[in-house]
Amino acid sequence: MIRFEGVSKTYPGGQQALRQVSFHIAPGEMAFLTGHSGAGKSTLLKLISIMERPTVGKVLINGHDLNHIHSRQIPYIRRDIGMIFQSHQLLMDRSVFDNVSLPLIIEGYSHREISKRVGAVLDRVGLTDKSRSLPVTLSGGEQQRVGIARAVINKPPLLLADEPTGNLDPKLSMEIIRLFEDFNQAGVAVLIATHDLGLIARMRYRTLTLKKGQMITDGLTEDWYDEPAV
Amino acid sequence: MSLLFKGRDQGAQRTRISSVQRLLMFFISHIRQALASLGELWRSPGASMMTIAVLGLSITLPSTLYILLKNTEKVSAGWEQASEITLFLHQNTQPGDIRQLTTRLSLWPEVESLKHIDKAEALNEFKQLSGFGDALNYLEENPLPDVILVTPDSKNTSPTAAGKLLEKLQKEREVELGQLDIQWLERLHGLVDIAKELVSVVAMLLFIAVALIIGNTIRLNILNKRDEILVLKLVGATDAFIQRPFMYTGFWYGLLGGLLAWFTTWLLLWWMSDSIGRVTQLYQTQFELTGLQGESLLGMLGLSVFLGLAGSLLSVHKHIRAIEPK
Ligand SMILES: Nc1ncnc2c1ncn2[C@@H]1O[C@H](COP(=O)(O)OP(=O)(O)OP(=O)(O)O)[C@@H](O)[C@H]1O
Ligand SMILES: [Mg+2]
Repeated sequence: MIRFEGVSKTYPGGQQALRQVSFHIAPGEMAFLTGHSGAGKSTLLKLISIMERPTVGKVLINGHDLNHIHSRQIPYIRRDIGMIFQSHQLLMDRSVFDNVSLPLIIEGYSHREISKRVGAVLDRVGLTDKSRSLPVTLSGGEQQRVGIARAVINKPPLLLADEPTGNLDPKLSMEIIRLFEDFNQAGVAVLIATHDLGLIARMRYRTLTLKKGQMITDGLTEDWYDEPAV
Repeated sequence: MSLLFKGRDQGAQRTRISSVQRLLMFFISHIRQALASLGELWRSPGASMMTIAVLGLSITLPSTLYILLKNTEKVSAGWEQASEITLFLHQNTQPGDIRQLTTRLSLWPEVESLKHIDKAEALNEFKQLSGFGDALNYLEENPLPDVILVTPDSKNTSPTAAGKLLEKLQKEREVELGQLDIQWLERLHGLVDIAKELVSVVAMLLFIAVALIIGNTIRLNILNKRDEILVLKLVGATDAFIQRPFMYTGFWYGLLGGLLAWFTTWLLLWWMSDSIGRVTQLYQTQFELTGLQGESLLGMLGLSVFLGLAGSLLSVHKHIRAIEPK
């Protein structure tokens, strides 16, 4: 599903964020991406959603080399990827319904279809009664769930999340991760960047660890958790 | 259609609707967006009114000048006697020859009408008007020549055409001298030409200003909505989708500015109609000031809408592309 082949990223300032990173995430797989602050987690996710381009190497999604994607085609690529951010990236002056329906409006769905789908997805994330609320009136966890609802509403085959549990307490974090597990169970590939080691430790998922831009471990949580190095 | 995943349909293709329905939905969504942009203007009435006022007044100046100019042309077109040609005939020309000449000339396509002033008649008139009366009786023979006044037809009233006609008339055997007082006409035409050019230049500059003002207003709108645009780009909106509401805002600015200009132009002309009436009375012309109506009104509104769209297109192209999620 996602394949990195010898990818390096050097920012214009000379900051080398990724060095020779290679890995593959299979369709329908769920994995965590971890590492210290500044290790390059966000950079790696941005290369997948083409918010940045690799300096060296190739990023492939479903066998398509993203280097060959023209900037005009980027919007269509993003419609295949559900993205979730720590800062939610919600429109604060629009209702939950409007926020969640955004990807469908962009793709030109009919009103009936939109109400139907938004209703279903809000039900899935447990926000049915908040449909008309403004995001500012919601808690952090609820806002994050709005972001997740928006990311999955057009049923993308791939979900990327950058620190989705950022400021949430362990219980709420777990709820969010459970949501991701649900979607994963439905066949969606999920890649979650987080430095919440405690959270990862409680599950058995493949974990990719970055350190100063290099991939230092790639394996199941248990194997990795024995090494105190990170 | 998905670029990355074969068989994964995106958007409305999935819901199988007929092309007629899709076309209908296309129009409905456009109308909805147009109304949304209008609503946006309505939400900040102060700022919107100010912009519309600037646009309206900028368009008022050239459109008022245009109307005055158009009316001046209409009036001057009414002064056909302006290029009347006076032909003085040779002293010894016989009445029969004169009759022949007038019939000949009246057949010329360039000639609208002819008037013969008999030399005896002219002398009488001169006697009465000059007051020399009796003194003139002592003259052995009438010193005045026969005169023919030639009015060219409407296609030949311009100074150059009338000049050519004069040359042709002077070649006639009976004609001693022809005169055409075209200097003042040439001056008038020259002035009107200069005024026309001036109006075009002023209009051009103001129209550019209008487009720039709209462009800048849209630019500020775009910068104000930076966060929203970022979110839209993150969830896969194309630039075309994002720029549409801004284009509609430009459209409304153009249309509303044009309507305001129409109103202020009407107001200005109404205000000036008294003084214009007094001037035209001096020229004894039956003169009705035509304002902006029909085609020219549509033309002006079309132009201001065009300027609105052009201004916002410039802005939208540059500034929406510059906003990219990082
Ligand atoms: N736009 C940018 N321009 C220049 N340097 C950047 C840019 N974005 C990130 N960097 C640098 O690249 C490195 C990796 O940054 P990145 O954001 O990928 O780290 P991260 O692992 O997501 O960190 P965190 O856990 O704090 O979010 C950092 O040293 C950072 O300073
Ligand atoms: Mg980060």
